[in-house]
Amino acid sequence: MEETTILEVKDLAVSFQTFEGVVQAVRGVDFSLKKGETLAIVGESGSGKSVSTKAINQLLPKKNTLIERGEILFEGKDLLKLSEKEIQKIRGNDIAMIFQDPMTSLNPTMQVGKQIAEPIIAHKGVSKGEAKQKALELMDLVGIQHPERTYKSYPHQFSGGMRQRVMIAIALACEPKILIADEPTTALDVTIQAQILDLMNNLKKDLDTSIIFITHDLGVVAQMADRVAVMYAGKIVEIGTADEIFYNPMHPYTWGLLASMPTLDVEQTSLYTIPGSPPNLLHPPEGDAFAARNEYALGIDFYEDPELFKVSETHFAKTWLLHPDAPEVIPPAEVIRRKEKFRYLNSEKRMSKTVGGEAYGRRY
Amino acid sequence: MKKYILKRLLTALPVLLMISIGAFIMMNLAPGDPTDLYITPDATPVQVEATRTALGLDQPYPVQYVRWLGRALRGDLGINYSTRYPVLPILVSRIGPTIVLMGATLLFSYLVAIPLGILSARKHGTWVDTLLTGGAFVGVSIPNFFLGLGLIYIFSVRLGWFPTGGMSQLGEESSILTVLHHLILPVSVLSAFYIANMTRYMRATMIKVYGENYIRTATAKGLAAQVILTKHGIRNALIPVITIIGTDLPRLVGGAIVTEQIFQWPGLGRLTIMAIQQREYPMLMAITMLSAVVVLFANLFVDIMYAVVDPRIKYN
Ligand SMILES: Nc1ncnc2c1ncn2[C@@H]1O[C@H](COP(=O)(O)OP(=O)(O)OP(=O)(O)O)[C@@H](O)[C@H]1O
Ligand SMILES: [Mg+2]
Repeated sequence: MEETTILEVKDLAVSFQTFEGVVQAVRGVDFSLKKGETLAIVGESGSGKSVSTKAINQLLPKKNTLIERGEILFEGKDLLKLSEKEIQKIRGNDIAMIFQDPMTSLNPTMQVGKQIAEPIIAHKGVSKGEAKQKALELMDLVGIQHPERTYKSYPHQFSGGMRQRVMIAIALACEPKILIADEPTTALDVTIQAQILDLMNNLKKDLDTSIIFITHDLGVVAQMADRVAVMYAGKIVEIGTADEIFYNPMHPYTWGLLASMPTLDVEQTSLYTIPGSPPNLLHPPEGDAFAARNEYALGIDFYEDPELFKVSETHFAKTWLLHPDAPEVIPPAEVIRRKEKFRYLNSEKRMSKTVGGEAYGRRY
Repeated sequence: MKKYILKRLLTALPVLLMISIGAFIMMNLAPGDPTDLYITPDATPVQVEATRTALGLDQPYPVQYVRWLGRALRGDLGINYSTRYPVLPILVSRIGPTIVLMGATLLFSYLVAIPLGILSARKHGTWVDTLLTGGAFVGVSIPNFFLGLGLIYIFSVRLGWFPTGGMSQLGEESSILTVLHHLILPVSVLSAFYIANMTRYMRATMIKVYGENYIRTATAKGLAAQVILTKHGIRNALIPVITIIGTDLPRLVGGAIVTEQIFQWPGLGRLTIMAIQQREYPMLMAITMLSAVVVLFANLFVDIMYAVVDPRIKYN
């Protein structure tokens, strides 16, 4: 993997003006994306995953969005400062997106092939014929059979999985440097989901695109990601390589997520669930937003938000437990088991990108 | 598609039959009798009876209906009682002006309303939107006769810009220009509702369409706002709007009656009112059936339009 950073999000904070007040959806997020890598963003519903990534392409509603602070650096430019015309040149061209709902994300009254050709015409300044040719190639690439014939089909003639392939073809049309996939398989059934994930993994290898992959599903993360960012209440609480997050998690919230993930080899009678629910972002609590749900919370958690503590060059976690003065705590059994595995992997120097079947919450 | 249209036309026949029976019953349920109106007060009962016999009104209702139906199917729509003049040529001579009035109204209304609706939706929440929405509210609420009289008072009586009524000046050669001149006020009155209604509808649909995921996809592709509007927005917004056209057409038939009366427009509307007042049953039946045919065709037209605009709809 090349180590050049292609995208850098710095201290991004986004709020929404609503009838009830100002919702602080994203409250200071930092991450970077390297060329060719897949960064997964995980976290509960409402933690700000979609908002942080939509901000990159300026896809948030103009009317009620407040970018409070931060920078999103792409090729030396701060995307947040670009005008509508300037960002248009980047959308779909350098940075493309795939969304969750393939059933509703395609225009029902436009031929599928034309929808794929559209961004090519918009960005590459080619003739309609050339764009069509390229669209046909893309349809073939994403596994749509008989492109010549299906080019003129309308979305309703396609199944959900096929539509998501079309969405992927649209996203790849201009060979973007970054692909943002916001829960691209959530709406699909398990077999189709596996096919789409395979497709994305293969395309990524072939095209060397960087991917930001948003999901709820840690099983999917294990299959896709090089690095993982865990979000909670508008902040990244832990970020690291996939191995570090799965086998050496440091944040109690990550522990909770892992413990609540079904595993194959442990006798499980019931699944763990993190107690309580995420805080109301209209009035985020003082201190650590997770404190109220955190059985490992320290006194300081309730009045002072922890900083990101460094675990390794690639691994950071936002918890006071990493402070030198913090008391020793015993993580859940599942996490201890994982950490032992991590130490074993490390000692055997077998730490590699291949996360074992262990991490897979679900198999397909 | 051809087969579908044929099927629709065939299923329309029983509907038309039911309408004709319904209209016939309602006409005869109304108190009074055609003979009341043009027989002199001092006519003897024998004379009245003779007239009734001559017009066939002495027969039982079912017999009268069947006779009417039999003649109508052969193209004989009967005569006007008062003038003894056949119904069909009168009807034909009055259709032209009504088609002109209605056609101009629909064309004008949609040409104005669809862009206004789009504008209102795109400026959602700004003062432009507020102004248009307010205007549309007034437009749908204001009664035709009120608006008609108001406009006549201001533009004809006070300012003298437009004629108070009719389709052309008496004795004057009727050219397209004079007809247009006479059309402006009645079309304005008649259009008020349709412009307002369609603007509101177009606005609502457009706002809804812009909330759809495929618009988000189009934006994420990096398309220009103009392309998103024309290629992804309008086409999809037009699908529900076709329904409104389907309901506008029959409503227009009713609205034209009042407006033609106010502006003495020599069309079917005034003919209808005259026929009602004078109990010209054959004429009323003919007008009712004509309106029914128009409505049925409007519905068929709308269904065909759906298939044209929306690829998801196929008729087999
Ligand atoms: N346009 C908007 N107006 C107001 N609030 C919004 C808007 N978009 C998002 N939010 C709020 O911002 C917060 C974060 O939303 P976001 O969509 O990023 O969550 P998410 O992590 O993607 O969740 P999910 O897993 O459900 O997709 C939520 O509380 C949401 O209600
Ligand atoms: Mg989301």
